[in-house]
Amino acid sequence: MRWLWSVLRCLPLLVSAPLAAIPVGTPLEFETPAQEEQYQTLIRELRCTVCQNQSLVNSNAGLAQDLRRNIYQMTRAGQDQERITEFMVSRYGDFVLYRPPLQPNTYLLWFGPILFLLVGVLVLVAMIGRQRRAHDKGLSAEERARLADLTGQRL
Amino acid sequence: MLRLVVSFGVFGLLVLLLWTGLGLDPRELPSPLVGKPAPAFELPELLDANERFQHQALRGQTSLLNVWASWCVSCRAEHSLLMQLAREGVPIYGLNYKDTRSDAIAYLRRGGNPYRAIGFDEAGQVGIDWGVYGTPETFVIGPDGVIRYKHVGPLSRRVLTEKILPLMQSLDGAPS
Repeated sequence: MRWLWSVLRCLPLLVSAPLAAIPVGTPLEFETPAQEEQYQTLIRELRCTVCQNQSLVNSNAGLAQDLRRNIYQMTRAGQDQERITEFMVSRYGDFVLYRPPLQPNTYLLWFGPILFLLVGVLVLVAMIGRQRRAHDKGLSAEERARLADLTGQRL
Repeated sequence: MLRLVVSFGVFGLLVLLLWTGLGLDPRELPSPLVGKPAPAFELPELLDANERFQHQALRGQTSLLNVWASWCVSCRAEHSLLMQLAREGVPIYGLNYKDTRSDAIAYLRRGGNPYRAIGFDEAGQVGIDWGVYGTPETFVIGPDGVIRYKHVGPLSRRVLTEKILPLMQSLDGAPS
């Protein structure tokens, strides 16, 4: 009886189409929660190359459905996250990664914000320094004389 | 004065940066497959389901592999150019991507068939192996079976004369 049960349990899997494309929101079955988590992480972190500002999780483009199918199958087959990421990068390039790798051509991307912040701080420091120096100097003799004229007081 | 020069300098750089950014085509992704051997495949031939079309067929000559589909509107834009190339003797192979056999054959009947052989990739799996993300795509494959160039989007006379044809000539000329 047990074998019958396991066959029956697999039926919805066959129907929910490991071989066909997977539209958004299709319920999928996994053997372990870890597999499901890996699948969910991957489709969130991989870009749909057709509709470039969507990740695979919410794109209904034909290619995204096919790629979800591939990732689902590979996850079910027990392949780890790195292996599947490598599969995608070797075909579509680093562009598919929403979390770009740290390498020479992405240094500006990763460190740019810090660089801009530093430049901003330097400009700010320079401006404050200049204002302070101007303030410290006080009034010139000429300005003093004008001030005295205007207020009618000797300083 | 110095301040003015610096401000305009920074402004000018920013304009330059944004201007180049606007000119780039975000759909054109550098393919990691360029410089690598063509991914292996074995597909049924579109026109004759009993025949097979395999990646080995791409060896021994410089050829084009054009990824197309009957539902792909911009494929129609390049079709007459492909026909012309085929007439000039350029070996063009086809990868019919996520299509139905009858639609694809009807499409070729209307516009002519520029392909020496066509793989019928119904599930799009070979497309995925080739990193296809937008039809039409055209790959230049050297006699050694290595991918040398990839063009995304419909071919134009300009891309052909400036890039693809000179590249094919140099590949044919090089001793392999």
